[in-house]
Amino acid sequence: MKALRKYIDKIKPKFEEGGRFGMFRSVFEGIESFLFVPNHTSKAGVHIHDSMDSKRAMTVVIIALLPALLFGMYNTGYQHYVSAGVDAGFVSTFIYGMLAVLPVLIVSYVVGLGIEFTVAQWKKEEIQEGFLVSGILIPLIVPIDTPLWMIALATAFAVIFAKEVFGGTGYNIFNVALVTRAFLFFAYPGSMSGDSVFVRTAAQTVDGFSGATPLGQINMAPNEAIGSFQVVDTLGNPLSLWDMFFGLIPGSIGETSTLAILLGAVVLLYTGIASWKTMGSVFAGGIVASLLFNLAGTTVAMSVTPWEHICLGGFAFGAVFMATDPVTSSRTETGKYIYGFLTGLLAIVIRVLNPGYPEGMMMAILFMNIFAPLIDYYVVQSNISRRLKRARVK
Amino acid sequence: MGLSNKNKAILLGPLSKNNPIVVQMLGICSALAVTSKLEPAIVMAISVTVVVSFANVIISLLRNTIPNRIRIIVQLVVVAALVTIVSEVLKAFAYDVNKQLSVFVGLIITNCILMGRLEAFALGNGPWASFLDGIGNGLGYGLILAIIGFVRELFGFGTLLGHQVVPDIFYKWGYVNNGLMILPPMALIIVAAVIWIHRSRNKELQEK
Repeated sequence: MKALRKYIDKIKPKFEEGGRFGMFRSVFEGIESFLFVPNHTSKAGVHIHDSMDSKRAMTVVIIALLPALLFGMYNTGYQHYVSAGVDAGFVSTFIYGMLAVLPVLIVSYVVGLGIEFTVAQWKKEEIQEGFLVSGILIPLIVPIDTPLWMIALATAFAVIFAKEVFGGTGYNIFNVALVTRAFLFFAYPGSMSGDSVFVRTAAQTVDGFSGATPLGQINMAPNEAIGSFQVVDTLGNPLSLWDMFFGLIPGSIGETSTLAILLGAVVLLYTGIASWKTMGSVFAGGIVASLLFNLAGTTVAMSVTPWEHICLGGFAFGAVFMATDPVTSSRTETGKYIYGFLTGLLAIVIRVLNPGYPEGMMMAILFMNIFAPLIDYYVVQSNISRRLKRARVK
Repeated sequence: MGLSNKNKAILLGPLSKNNPIVVQMLGICSALAVTSKLEPAIVMAISVTVVVSFANVIISLLRNTIPNRIRIIVQLVVVAALVTIVSEVLKAFAYDVNKQLSVFVGLIITNCILMGRLEAFALGNGPWASFLDGIGNGLGYGLILAIIGFVRELFGFGTLLGHQVVPDIFYKWGYVNNGLMILPPMALIIVAAVIWIHRSRNKELQEK
């Protein structure tokens, strides 16, 4: 580490204004502050500030995402070997999954960071850390069989049109990772939904294998099946609530295990990076919506219990990692409740009522991203008018 | 045929610096609706060019006799008559395209570019200048429509004017047509990208 510091100090003058590589200054600064603590000290007066800069916040989010990522890798391998009918053992299952997921992760980081670096270089700004989290979120919310060039294209689209045109990290209206997914979903629906994309199947699948996700099955279930309908795994065995919670089911890479997501949620809430108000009210909204649908209960989708809704699909993942994005969610304290509650409510409404979309979390969060500034505006306005009423000039 | 500098500016201005779509932000609705393929986009562009230039000429000839209070009604009557003619011609000679354009031929009447040019130009200028202004604006509109239609058809269907241009081998390698290109939101994003490029090339158009 010391040798590295020395080396960086040695080459630093070359990258400063007027140096030989002066034009690559922001790339150099980005790498230096990534390797070491940013070397900024105030020039005048005394300032007290937290050590929690945006880089550290991003690092914590990445740590919180690790359980979901590792579980996603294992699950990818597990589903593959189930489809092949082979019992491969823990280690080789995990390694298979890791090798399948890593290319997606690398493509998403290389494309996203490449664009960020280029834009920062071009606009002569410092490189922001914004893509560190998006880059790991993107692989977690796509099906394993999405072609890499699609992910590269969608990442480029999202970083340019959802982030850089609005002014870069911290100015985006929409969650960048979700825009990537939305782009994939609308541009290449064949690769983003259906029975065959969520499991990397073996060349020879075992009899009775089906890669349909639980939400896909619920979506396709005929109305007569109400009451007797049972969600099954890839081999046709019924799934218990515990199976759904634990997450060895087909789905996008990181979303299946509510358990792993819960571990991440604990990290985020303990460190105070995600707002418990937003996160909690997303779950509350989802539970209220599904209880209301349970009361109506005229289709299979309506009779899915709240707990199943939370454990299936991307609901928990979206609630914990996406809806709580500090940039795109509401910033006011009351606004967080409204924003979160409506997100959860909408997600279930889309899931249950729209036959085109078995999963509604992506749409719900993107939709509420639009309304977050409006919610904040009215929360602030109502606060102002309440205080004005209280103030009386005599 | 030589054009004076003033007339040249009238004719060529709308192609770039004074473009009805990317600078004046008019006619966006039809630019989103008819551009999923190149052919309807071009036919639409021609129709609008014809209607706007002849409407300009007629209104310009009538401009001193139209009472000011009913000028909008007169303009609408003229435009509606021209649109009906264009629509009938399309039905007779280009029925398939006409079906693709569906209501949007009729909706040329409500296209903001038309009323905008009639109000802003034809009511105050002579017929020849008005004719050039109509042609210029129609071409400016058509240019953007053609760009959007080109991009959307190429990436959305892999074809241009109905002929396949993306080679079969690409599809074999795993290339897939982009479904988002066919949807109107992508047209909006392409318009935005065109505006982006246009403004970065013409600094004087950039808002502070």
